[in-house]
Amino acid sequence: MPPHPTRLVNFIFSYCTDPASLEGLQWLSCYLTTGKHMSMYYAFGTVLLLLAITAPVALAFGFGGASAARSHFAPLRWFGKAYIAIVRGIPDIAFFLFFVIALDQGFEFIRHKIKCPDWQEPVRQGNDFVICTAAKLPLGNAPQWVHESYGFALAVLTFAIVFGAFAANVLFGAMRAVPHGQLETAEAYGMSRRQTFWRILVPQMWVYALPGLSNLWMVLIKATPLLFLLGVEDIVYWARELGGSKQPQFTDYPHPDWRMWYFLALLVFYLAFTKVSEVVLDRIMARLTHGQATAAGEAQRKAAA
Amino acid sequence: MKNLILSTAVLALTGSMAMAESHSVVRLGTEGAYPPYNFINDAGEVDGFERELGDELCARAELTCEWVTNEWDSIIPNLVSGNYDAIIAGMSITDERKEVIDFSENYTQPDPSAFLAMGDVDVTTAVVAAQASTIQAAYVAGMEGATLLEFATPDETVAAVKNGEADAVLADKAFLLPIAESDAEVSIIGEDVLIGGGIGLGVRQSDTELRDKFTAAIQSMKADGTLNELIVKWLPDSATF
Repeated sequence: MPPHPTRLVNFIFSYCTDPASLEGLQWLSCYLTTGKHMSMYYAFGTVLLLLAITAPVALAFGFGGASAARSHFAPLRWFGKAYIAIVRGIPDIAFFLFFVIALDQGFEFIRHKIKCPDWQEPVRQGNDFVICTAAKLPLGNAPQWVHESYGFALAVLTFAIVFGAFAANVLFGAMRAVPHGQLETAEAYGMSRRQTFWRILVPQMWVYALPGLSNLWMVLIKATPLLFLLGVEDIVYWARELGGSKQPQFTDYPHPDWRMWYFLALLVFYLAFTKVSEVVLDRIMARLTHGQATAAGEAQRKAAA
Repeated sequence: MKNLILSTAVLALTGSMAMAESHSVVRLGTEGAYPPYNFINDAGEVDGFERELGDELCARAELTCEWVTNEWDSIIPNLVSGNYDAIIAGMSITDERKEVIDFSENYTQPDPSAFLAMGDVDVTTAVVAAQASTIQAAYVAGMEGATLLEFATPDETVAAVKNGEADAVLADKAFLLPIAESDAEVSIIGEDVLIGGGIGLGVRQSDTELRDKFTAAIQSMKADGTLNELIVKWLPDSATF
């Protein structure tokens, strides 16, 4: 028989020293505060942080992509259109598996060229990607949290590129939806192209973009489990790991297959989160509609009058 | 976008200019979902046979080691692209894997695999669950009459038997025994199957230095009997050296 695991002291409740003797709520309170569960709670924070950083970055990518796609400078326009078309067309999972490894190796290759100019061996040796130790990213001897942060940063960048392409398409459409008369009037007042863009087009396009962007936000919330493909342990990973049946030989808290309960908790979390998002988005929409020459803006004006 | 990539690259360049010695830290990649070989304990740390073995091997080879978990599916690609330096995850040495990575000397004998099922099942005509990309999955695929059902994690293969999706599961016997003992519904059936060439540490093919260090450490553990002690402690049904 494998030995019984070493008793792990729970730092929150003092009565958790011998879980086998506990029952009911007391057992549950100990179970839910093990170090492993703490990792899951921490993962909720990771997911929220990812969303908080990715959303604005993706929006910036989208804005850049949309502006490029309607540029009067042809190569820039081609670049914008190609970005939107190519990234939207590739399945997320393929993008995540291939692109991230390629991106990581790209960074390492650049560092390799700079840091080890005397290196003679080929970088590709059969299946292996071999670069000098100093060029490793992060360095092999860096602590684990550096590796994790690096993985997280790659995840943000990849999410931003993917969702940025969709956002670019939404914004591109929104820019065209702004009534052309507005732009012509601006020109008639003597505004330059740049002034028209920043003073007339951009402030008015958001109301047309928001429904599409809010869709994207909802999809982004649910796409976070893709994080695990990048080696970041997210909440779905932990729900699967913690929920799987556990034998008494390997844990102080043996239990049968509880994945259903863990996934139920995730369901509640995601539903609550999307509900909060909806409320916030509705408020933003109401504010953006104010004073706009749209049906909703007109209704707002009449209600106030 | 350009700015972001550029600033990331600049950050990465200035981050640490110190030259690292070759393998000053060896990162060990494992799955963390295959007790008793490797699993995550209540404290959230890697534990099990391979944890104890790996720590001892690193001590003997005078390496500083760090544990990393990675999904089974992408465990070889991530080794090859350099995200960690060795795989220590109950991975049997096979010719197919040898084409892609190198292995240290084996640290277990070829381990018996077994079928686990609810009640008596004729495995030759059954639907058999196995973890994807394992020697067991390859074995079931080669069984005439049996249907292979693959899952990403070991835990899901057992769950599939319990909810009736599969008739039986084929996995390492050391993994299935504790489950059969603690769960009255399922039991080991039929005869054990001997597949695979024993378990070894996987390393990049270009990394012969690390492979030789690990092999030397394994040989020294075989010679003084400490490896057998670990096998008896964690894998009671397996053959010793």
